[in-house]
Amino acid sequence: MADILLEGRDLVKHYPVTKGLLQRIVGWVRAVDGVSFTIERGKTMSLVGESGAGKTTTARAVLLQETLTSGSIIFEGTDITKWSMAQLKTGYRPRVQAVQQNPWSSMNPRMRIRDVIAEPLVVNTKQTKQQNRERVLELLDQVGIARENINRYPHEFSGGQRQRIAVARALALKPSLVVLDEPVSALDVSIRAQIMNLLKDLQVKHNLSYLVIAHNLATVRYMSHAVAIMYLGQIVEYGETEELFKNPLHPYTKALISASMLTLPEDEDQELKQIILTGEMPSPLNPPLGCRFHTRCSEAGNTCAEEVPELHTVGTQHWVKCHHYD
Amino acid sequence: MAAIRDFTIDNKSLRKKSRPVILQPNFIIPVVILTLLVICAIFAPLLAPYNPTVNSLKDRLLPPFFAHGGSTAHFLGTDGFGRDILSRVIYGARISLSVSMLVILITASIGTIVGIFSGYIGGRWDSFLMRVTDVSLAFPAILIALLMAVILGPSFWTVVIAISLLGWAPYARLIRGETLRLRQADFVTQARIIGTSPLRIMGVHIFPNVVNPLIVLATMQVGLVILTEAALSYLGAGIPPPTASWGQMVSDGRNVIDTAWWISFFPGIAIGLVVLSGNFLGDWIRDKLDPRLRQL
Amino acid sequence: MSELLLKVEDLQTAFFTRQGVIKAVDGVSFHVRDGETVGIVGESGCGKTVTGLSILRLLPEPAGRIIGGKIIFQGVNLVELSKNHMRAYRGKMISMILQDPMTSLNPVFPIGDQIAESVRLHQGLPDDMIQPEVISALRLLKIPAPEMRLNDYPFQLSGGMRQRVVGAIAMSCHPRLLIADEPTTALDATIQAQYIALFKDIQQKTNVGIIFITHDFGVVAKMCHRVCVMYAGKIVETAPTSVIFKAPRHPYTVALINSVPRLDRKDERLYSIEGQPPSMANLPPGCRFCPRCSAAQDICRKQQPPEVKISDDHSVSCWRIS
Repeated sequence: MADILLEGRDLVKHYPVTKGLLQRIVGWVRAVDGVSFTIERGKTMSLVGESGAGKTTTARAVLLQETLTSGSIIFEGTDITKWSMAQLKTGYRPRVQAVQQNPWSSMNPRMRIRDVIAEPLVVNTKQTKQQNRERVLELLDQVGIARENINRYPHEFSGGQRQRIAVARALALKPSLVVLDEPVSALDVSIRAQIMNLLKDLQVKHNLSYLVIAHNLATVRYMSHAVAIMYLGQIVEYGETEELFKNPLHPYTKALISASMLTLPEDEDQELKQIILTGEMPSPLNPPLGCRFHTRCSEAGNTCAEEVPELHTVGTQHWVKCHHYD
Repeated sequence: MAAIRDFTIDNKSLRKKSRPVILQPNFIIPVVILTLLVICAIFAPLLAPYNPTVNSLKDRLLPPFFAHGGSTAHFLGTDGFGRDILSRVIYGARISLSVSMLVILITASIGTIVGIFSGYIGGRWDSFLMRVTDVSLAFPAILIALLMAVILGPSFWTVVIAISLLGWAPYARLIRGETLRLRQADFVTQARIIGTSPLRIMGVHIFPNVVNPLIVLATMQVGLVILTEAALSYLGAGIPPPTASWGQMVSDGRNVIDTAWWISFFPGIAIGLVVLSGNFLGDWIRDKLDPRLRQL
Repeated sequence: MSELLLKVEDLQTAFFTRQGVIKAVDGVSFHVRDGETVGIVGESGCGKTVTGLSILRLLPEPAGRIIGGKIIFQGVNLVELSKNHMRAYRGKMISMILQDPMTSLNPVFPIGDQIAESVRLHQGLPDDMIQPEVISALRLLKIPAPEMRLNDYPFQLSGGMRQRVVGAIAMSCHPRLLIADEPTTALDATIQAQYIALFKDIQQKTNVGIIFITHDFGVVAKMCHRVCVMYAGKIVETAPTSVIFKAPRHPYTVALINSVPRLDRKDERLYSIEGQPPSMANLPPGCRFCPRCSAAQDICRKQQPPEVKISDDHSVSCWRIS
């Protein structure tokens, strides 16, 4: 039986669109529209999608930076959406930390890195300065930053080093889950591997769970145990990584894989043909009726435009939301 | 430009070989003048050759040493009461410095607190505080100051209160703008994720990052405050005689400007130099601090 | 073999800053033929963008200057042209697309006007003939219903559409060479795929030569016929695309390709290159990749390696190959 650390159940987040002096609500941006997933202890779950898919909003909801319109977040068996602010502050926040995308803006430029990394400790614990300092040195060792740099400012480090410092800060409170929003996309190509390897090593060492937001499928395949593909606020395919990549089911997944695959000119006739989608993702203000992807799907049928598909299980650890698998 | 962006990352590791700070004219000249101001203010009794408030009617209206009829006994001449202009200019520095320091301290503090609070908390508080700020900015400062002086009677503290009453508003506006920008910054979001309280975010994360524009504004305000104090004194609502205040001195000399021009001239020059110095120094500081700000 | 369109020989570009002279491009040579896409791949700071700007002589003056080498375009050395003469080439014979479509387009003018401006400047057509050119440029970039789009403002369009408008401005005067600097980096994967397919189509139709500057190997594989790999201001390897991926010879190319996660196989452990790219103001005396190279030899530390031709279309600058 899998050890589930966090479960998102039917998460919904709608933003109101107001107009006019009296701020009348004229519409809703359905950023996240019924998203469910599970994150196992010590494993990585990735949310993949393009801009507007709702993956960042989902991540922010897990980090309590967005109030959900409806749905629950079940953490270690308890529904934390019912918790009070005080309970969240002591029981949830320290256990769920984050590493952000942009290493150049995720740190206060006026704080030395020893204070940057110690901040979670200062805010959440009553440890002494000495205890904090020791923990900071320990964390610097773990992420591969030389101890003597402890008094430097963020701008004195390179992008890759700053991301390591961000990881150190995320680990300060010994969290169970770290949410990583595009952790390597702002870094140089040769530095990405360093950071990804570091994250994997730390995961094994501390039995950490990761929720990774990414748009790069290759990164996702390297880092994750489970993948959820999002489109226009919903999860359209979900499953164990290798299973999903070897056997993609949803037409959108196939298009994404085709777009991300390293195909050389002479490889044109590989199984996964060049699938080029037409048009762009519709606005979440007005999602298409029926299957949301049907407007761009080359395999769309009549039911696709009328009925919303259900989530079906296909094989072990593989779910898809598409009428072709009814 | 992408090309230049690539290079800022490398240049950080280079030691700066640009002209040392001491030799940059935009820095050194204002600093010298303002240092002179401070020295005059602190060491006035030692520097001034005469007592600034004692009358000596036999020495009335003597011109400066370089003009016909003047002598080195009174370098810059005397005024209608026989008081030495040079001594009064030196002592006047005390008034200008103390008023401007106090006013800037008070206005910057109030303005920064209002600005950060308003910008970070937002909502109804923001609306309310900004309306108060707008009202303060809309009122002509001199008229309000005059009103205060009339109500409270002219004195040192009246001048300080009068200028401070509306003087905090520009700070509030500026700092609120900066706070709004910083509120969106990733590191502030990160602080919220960690569970940092709004108060701590405002103090530890927002405030240190608004210090730069704050310093620039404060330096530029030095001139404005001194001018306002001088205007108040000129209009008779400032620090009462016989205390030497530059504005008062300019006012004293206005009726005899064609014959005893030196009575208004030298304090006027003093005001001009200090105001210009404040502005130039503020400009220099802003230029120096700006590139680093861009890292955000 | 198609006509030689551009030949860059030993290009050297430097920036004169308060901190000293920085040679962003130090002896770069490559060529582009009609209808061919040459990729320039490298990480930030390697000089690929500066190379692109140098060809169009768009360097920020007075700090940036070409200090050596030749840029021969259709037989004319662009380095020697006067400013006015160069302006005749820019936009008309050689065009450029930049990374961020939001800042490439002027937010206060409709897109029709922005394309028209380019047409008016370079083609000297009478007013009534400009609009058909604008519409045909939009059609070339497969923008649906172009006649209706002329009065749209940039903010009304999506990122992918904006990048197409930028492409339309670039192609509106039928240039012979297009320099594209990371045009797909800001786009989503599926939009990127559309864009690449579109440009391959345009290249087929117009036989335009393309220099594609990027750090993304996936895009390189799909778009480019040949690739130049740059590191710290120099080209370390030049080869046809498939050779770069299947049989790279320079240690940097090998390491870079192995450090990029692949979708077509499960990587157990990615290779990660130690250290950071060097500071351009503080370059090592010998081979610039030497401090990070796992196969460094003594000579690598002392002298820069010469360019060696392994075959007709494959050259490498590495002591291990000579």
